[in-house]
Amino acid sequence: MHPIFRNKAWLATYFVICAALGGMLSALLHVPGGALNWKEALAISEPLLLFFAFVCLTPWYVCRQLPLASTEKFKLAAYHTGAAMLATALWIALARVIGYALNLGKRLDSVIPPLILLGFLLYLLSVALHYVLLAMEASRRAALEARDAELRALKAQINPHFLFNSLNSITALTTSDPVRAREMCIHLADFLRSTLGLGERESVTWQEELNLAQAYLNVEKIRFGPRLQVELHVEEECGNCLVPPLMLQPLIENAVKHGVATLVEGGTIHVESWVHEGQLRVRVVNNFDPQAPMPRQRGLGLRNVRQRLETRFGPSARVATQREGDRFLVEIAVPYQIEEFL
Amino acid sequence: MNLRALIVDDEDLARQLLREYSENAGGVEIVAECSNGFDAVKAIGELKPDLVFLDVQMPKLDGFEVLELVDPPPAVIFVTAYDQYAMRAFDEHAVDYLLKPFHPDRFRKALDRARTRLGKPMMPPVQLTAAARPPGQRLERIVVKNGSKVQIIPVDQLDYVQAQDDYIALHSDNKSHLKQQTISDLEKQLDPACFARIHRSYIVNLSCIVRIEPYTKDSRVAVLRDGAQIPVSRSGLAKLKSVLGEDV
Repeated sequence: MHPIFRNKAWLATYFVICAALGGMLSALLHVPGGALNWKEALAISEPLLLFFAFVCLTPWYVCRQLPLASTEKFKLAAYHTGAAMLATALWIALARVIGYALNLGKRLDSVIPPLILLGFLLYLLSVALHYVLLAMEASRRAALEARDAELRALKAQINPHFLFNSLNSITALTTSDPVRAREMCIHLADFLRSTLGLGERESVTWQEELNLAQAYLNVEKIRFGPRLQVELHVEEECGNCLVPPLMLQPLIENAVKHGVATLVEGGTIHVESWVHEGQLRVRVVNNFDPQAPMPRQRGLGLRNVRQRLETRFGPSARVATQREGDRFLVEIAVPYQIEEFL
Repeated sequence: MNLRALIVDDEDLARQLLREYSENAGGVEIVAECSNGFDAVKAIGELKPDLVFLDVQMPKLDGFEVLELVDPPPAVIFVTAYDQYAMRAFDEHAVDYLLKPFHPDRFRKALDRARTRLGKPMMPPVQLTAAARPPGQRLERIVVKNGSKVQIIPVDQLDYVQAQDDYIALHSDNKSHLKQQTISDLEKQLDPACFARIHRSYIVNLSCIVRIEPYTKDSRVAVLRDGAQIPVSRSGLAKLKSVLGEDV
């Protein structure tokens, strides 16, 4: 079905525009020869235009069958000209029927040539508009798919180890410390729940990102015990800043997996965020074992974050990393944007 | 007879779970628990357990590296959360493994299997290690043991390797470290863009070669940064030419 029928407001707008065009057409028909009075002109143009409004929706099907990029130019021209001629024939036939009903007789003949021209042009205009519509649909779908793919990739990367190791910890706790087992189940549920809705959202607030990371860390803290220490310094005004979802969590996950988990005594993850010169600044610092083998997956989460920030903000976002001895540091700056409440 | 078992896992809760399952299963005596690879190598050497529950991902040394460093290798049950490639290697080489989290029944089955395999020789750990690494992943470091001391050699600091019977001598930083492994096994794991087997008994780090000199009428030697002279075979010379260019 044509997308315009999916939205009542669009459909109404479309017919209002067509009715207005009908009014303009009647003015056109009334003026030149003076053959028709304004009542007769209006009686012809309005039904004509409203009928043509439906005819001009048919290119949707034709255009979808003949994509601009992959169809030969000759075929394209032939099909659309043919359809336009057919539509114009219908349009003139209806004009004739109305003329007959109004007993206009020969007086209609003088307006037939401009009507033919107008019908033809209106139809071709609708063809052009439909191609624009199709292009818009395609780009919107592509953007949605790209975002879904990104998030799927990220989530796939989060899941297996973290999930299975957490479940293993819970298995151990059920006999030794049922209260903590329950606590861990709830933390795990909190984390999974907060990742669930992210696929549909383009932006989340920084506070939501922090909550997600916190839920993740709550689980990992039970798993690693005292080996995992976290220090959080967040300026209050950061909380409302809008960021792409899953911007912080992959960095925290890296800091645990490639940092604290490589150390026998464990280590501390420092997370800081503040607002500076119209930017949200984030810094994640962790210890790691410089002798540990570089994991194959290293940088995947980071690269993904970097790419998504680049797509979203272009050159106004910055991701920098630094290794200093046994410390790994990631710094991010994104434009400070908050939701406008109207 | 009780099985003398060692638990190696960096997570407290994971060790606790294995201990609990072992106590419930009966017939197992936990001789020690280790939370990292270094301790595990030491404990296996000193306590000679019948069986080791070995985590794969750990600080310092991973499970495979631990196994490479102990001789003779004990019976092992790998305990891991998820590792596609390692799993396939375990299956192929009939090495038992437990996927976290696992049921007590599955744990008992693993114990039974370990009992039947006691005393039978295990496959060489270096081969298991090679099979368990994802394809295309190059070796980044080599672990060796000098007496009771574990040495980690990053491959970019490895100058050359010399085959000596069943051993290889790894030359790095003017020191030589012996390891029980064949030179062909090692060659397969090294990046061919950085290392070349220039002789039946030698692998050399290409970045260490200073020049190639004629030795006798139709043989040559590669001179390294530290002055070492490594014989180059005819096929070795062809290899060098293909990597470094015709003018070597």
